[in-house]
Amino acid sequence: MQQASDERSIGSVRVWEAAVAVLFLAFGSLVAWDSHRLGSSWGSDGPQAGYFPFYIGVLIIISALFILYAALRSGDTEPFVRWGQLKMVFVVIIPTAVYVALIANPWFSLGIYEASVIFIAAFMRVLGKYSWLKVGVISIVTMVLFFLMFEIWFQVPLPKGPLEAALGYA
Amino acid sequence: MKSKLLSRGRLAVLAGAALTACLPALAWEPTKTVEFIVPAGTGGGADQMARLIQSIIAKHNLMKQPMVVINKSGGAGAEGFLDVKSAKGDGNKIIITLSNLFTTPLATGVPFNWKDLTPVEMMALDEFVLWVNAKTPYKTSKDYVEAAKKAGPGKMKMGGTGSKQEDQIITVNLQKQTGAKFTYIPFKGGGTVATQLVGGHIDSSVNNPIEAVSQWRAGNLRPLCVFDSKPMDYHQKITKDMAWSDIPTCKSQGVDVEYLMLRGIFMPGGVSQDMVDYYVGVLNKVRETPEWKQFMDNGAFNQTHMTGKAYRDWVADAEKRHEELMREAGFLHK
Amino acid sequence: MHELQALFGGFQVALSWFNLLLMFAGITLGVIIGVLPGLGGANGVAILLPLTFSMAQEPGGQTSAIILLSCIYWGALFGGAITSILFNIPGEPWSVATTFDGYPLAQKGRAGTALTTSFTSSFVGALLAVLLITFLSPIVANFALRFGPPEFFAVYLLTFCAFVGMSKGSPFKTIASMMLGFALAAVGIDTVTGQLRLTFGFIALLKGFDFLIAVIGLFGIGEILLTIEEGLEFKGAKAKINVKVVIETWKELPRYWKTYLRSAAVGCMMGIVPGGATPASFMSYGIAKKMSRDGDKFGTGIVEGVLAPETAAHAAGTSALLPMITLGVPGSPTAAVLLGGLLIWGLQPGPLLFTEKADFVWGLIASMYLGNIAGLIVVLTCVPLFAAILRVPFAIIAPVILVICAIGAYTVHNDIFDVYLMVVFGVMGYIFKKLDYPLAPLVLALVLGDNAENGFRQSMLISQGDMRIFFSNGLVGGITVLSLILLFWPAISSLIDVARGRKAPPAAG
Repeated sequence: MQQASDERSIGSVRVWEAAVAVLFLAFGSLVAWDSHRLGSSWGSDGPQAGYFPFYIGVLIIISALFILYAALRSGDTEPFVRWGQLKMVFVVIIPTAVYVALIANPWFSLGIYEASVIFIAAFMRVLGKYSWLKVGVISIVTMVLFFLMFEIWFQVPLPKGPLEAALGYA
Repeated sequence: MKSKLLSRGRLAVLAGAALTACLPALAWEPTKTVEFIVPAGTGGGADQMARLIQSIIAKHNLMKQPMVVINKSGGAGAEGFLDVKSAKGDGNKIIITLSNLFTTPLATGVPFNWKDLTPVEMMALDEFVLWVNAKTPYKTSKDYVEAAKKAGPGKMKMGGTGSKQEDQIITVNLQKQTGAKFTYIPFKGGGTVATQLVGGHIDSSVNNPIEAVSQWRAGNLRPLCVFDSKPMDYHQKITKDMAWSDIPTCKSQGVDVEYLMLRGIFMPGGVSQDMVDYYVGVLNKVRETPEWKQFMDNGAFNQTHMTGKAYRDWVADAEKRHEELMREAGFLHK
Repeated sequence: MHELQALFGGFQVALSWFNLLLMFAGITLGVIIGVLPGLGGANGVAILLPLTFSMAQEPGGQTSAIILLSCIYWGALFGGAITSILFNIPGEPWSVATTFDGYPLAQKGRAGTALTTSFTSSFVGALLAVLLITFLSPIVANFALRFGPPEFFAVYLLTFCAFVGMSKGSPFKTIASMMLGFALAAVGIDTVTGQLRLTFGFIALLKGFDFLIAVIGLFGIGEILLTIEEGLEFKGAKAKINVKVVIETWKELPRYWKTYLRSAAVGCMMGIVPGGATPASFMSYGIAKKMSRDGDKFGTGIVEGVLAPETAAHAAGTSALLPMITLGVPGSPTAAVLLGGLLIWGLQPGPLLFTEKADFVWGLIASMYLGNIAGLIVVLTCVPLFAAILRVPFAIIAPVILVICAIGAYTVHNDIFDVYLMVVFGVMGYIFKKLDYPLAPLVLALVLGDNAENGFRQSMLISQGDMRIFFSNGLVGGITVLSLILLFWPAISSLIDVARGRKAPPAAG
């Protein structure tokens, strides 16, 4: 049962091709529209600010139309990605997104060091099934090293959280 | 929002420090690494000055906390200004400004005004000099302006840094005063402009002294006049027969244009007087060092220095002047 | 002979135990900085500036100071390639082109070969550039003066023309991808008019899209996502790791001497102009692909594809110090900070520095030789160590890489928005790779788009809208024509083949 659902295809290449082409179409239109607003003609002393971006937008629209046309005509029903693969991708990208959001956001920011310790630890524990001891040592030592390197030696300030604040580094 | 959270943490630290210290009110000092924002790219005039100040502070141990220079040049400096604007009340952040303090918000409409910052100290004013290639026959600004008029509108090319910023404002002002019409060509940095002038790709520039001095000494460039009310106060010979003080003012040659650029330090808005006083104290010590004096000499800076109300008034006045100049030039954001 | 004498004087200045120590310290530090995408050579140099400040006031100290700083710079040039090869994440902008073949090589289990090639080529590129600086600097320095806006535009055009036509797939995807790069490059303030473009009132967009953030996302994160589809491990982990790989690779390299010379020439030109190490590496890769007999195999993991961009990048990085010294125009952000250092120590970069401070300049040049030798020794001995990183289990190394990526994206502008953006670029990279959109044109357009457009519009201002300016003198005309030849090279080379083919049969028969 599990096997079967893992083999399930999430959209065909054709569908994804078309979807990406539509996104390009929208992006190209946005670029062309904003550039037109700025002035997209060839002034007396050369091109205006929007001249190049306007034609860039137009070129994006044209190529997106061709890609869309090719995608719709093709019978490429090959799967874009199988559920089993996509699950793996989600396993990485969702924690990454959460991690990035934890570093700093309008509500509750952990700073890069604390968020990274949690991220590395969770990743190791869940995907690598390492013992808690290994998980703890590796994640904490790595980030302490990074802290020394960035904050102390190279003096590159990175976002910090409550722990650094408590230690007087905020 | 983020800064709010951070500053809350900082308040906690401050409170903690105050409790543990429990001593008679000590003067304020930075609580962590001080960020010194440069609203311009690496290698430019503001960047050089910021890095010099940082080096002097580190060398003479003028501050207990370290200081880092951070370039935020995006959007003609708007990135840096907005960063400081959003750090309201943060005493661990200072910013060095150039004329884009006024020109960027006026030209782009970015929601920012110098009143969002707290003026700390004017370190110096930067001079502007009209330069031509030494191979050309022009000896005075009058010669050059006459030649530009004769060549026809737009035939002479003036190079400068950025668009709708100080260099172009001076150019437009020069055109208004003399009736000559130049083609203004914007480049990304002052050093590039000087090199382009030596290479003969442009006909003149309004480079700051420090950007062009080495080419002047090498006999590749010739200064025509300085855009100040009086000649520069540096009498040591730079070339065989000329010192900075030998460059006449443009006004004396019938070109009535004056422009000086602010090299000043600001802090975020809403900081306490203690914090401002602390940095004034540090910066005053910086200005006493031989390294600083050497730097002033090298760059032939106008060593006007102001703090407090005088500085604030100067800035307010400069803003008004920039608005007028830019309105006349049609550079204001619509 | 005057140069040789001066150079020996320089060696005398540079060769002290103290200076040698500084050299190794600087290189090691530089390699670390180069490896981490968040730290650039500019960071390292900037942090040590205050230290060198007191150093520079001792007698002969200015030389020691510049040795320390320039060695950080060499180290960063060497180090940028390491993560490109191992993880497809360029540590520095100029090592993007190194990923094209370096990463596939590592996946084949030949990480050691790729690293050795990259380090050796960096060294060769630097050596050729220093030789140029030593013997031809007076002539070459003035060459840069001939470069005005039209010439710069022509050089960027040359880079594009050398590079396009590289990908096989759909031409429309190549165009879409490249145009996306140009569009992203246009975001932010327009240098020529000072207007804001494509920001739609968002403050976060004011500063535009930084190339490094896009690259970390598209290449680094995108690659991790693609890898993980196949399971929790990196390919190439089973690489054999020993020091013999260095000797074996060295035996292979001399046969590419033509590519070396060509790439070094490209690099030196781009360094002196100064056009930058990043375009140099792209241009060199493109030209090597077009000229090589194995042109079709570029991108699948061949030694020549690592050699070409690395040689050019290092040659450009090294020769970029020449315009810095003689004109005061920095060829890179790191050079800009170095330049600030010179000024702070009381030296005045410019045409007279060579005569007035001959000791200092020749000491610096001598340190370029010594520093690069020191660099090569340091990085080559570490090849097995670097390659062994691939053996660290995926569940440990993957999150650490992602953390490094996040830090790298943050430090570009000290803005958390860029880190979010990096994740978006990562997903984009994954989808693009799966749909065969080529990423290289996007990156190239993003890195050069702004400069190319400025060059073009500055030229138009100068000529008042007359396109003939791009053929107005031998130099700009020559580069423009060369670009066009490269653009149509496939057609031209097949014509040559046809011409040869007509003569060939009798001989073959």
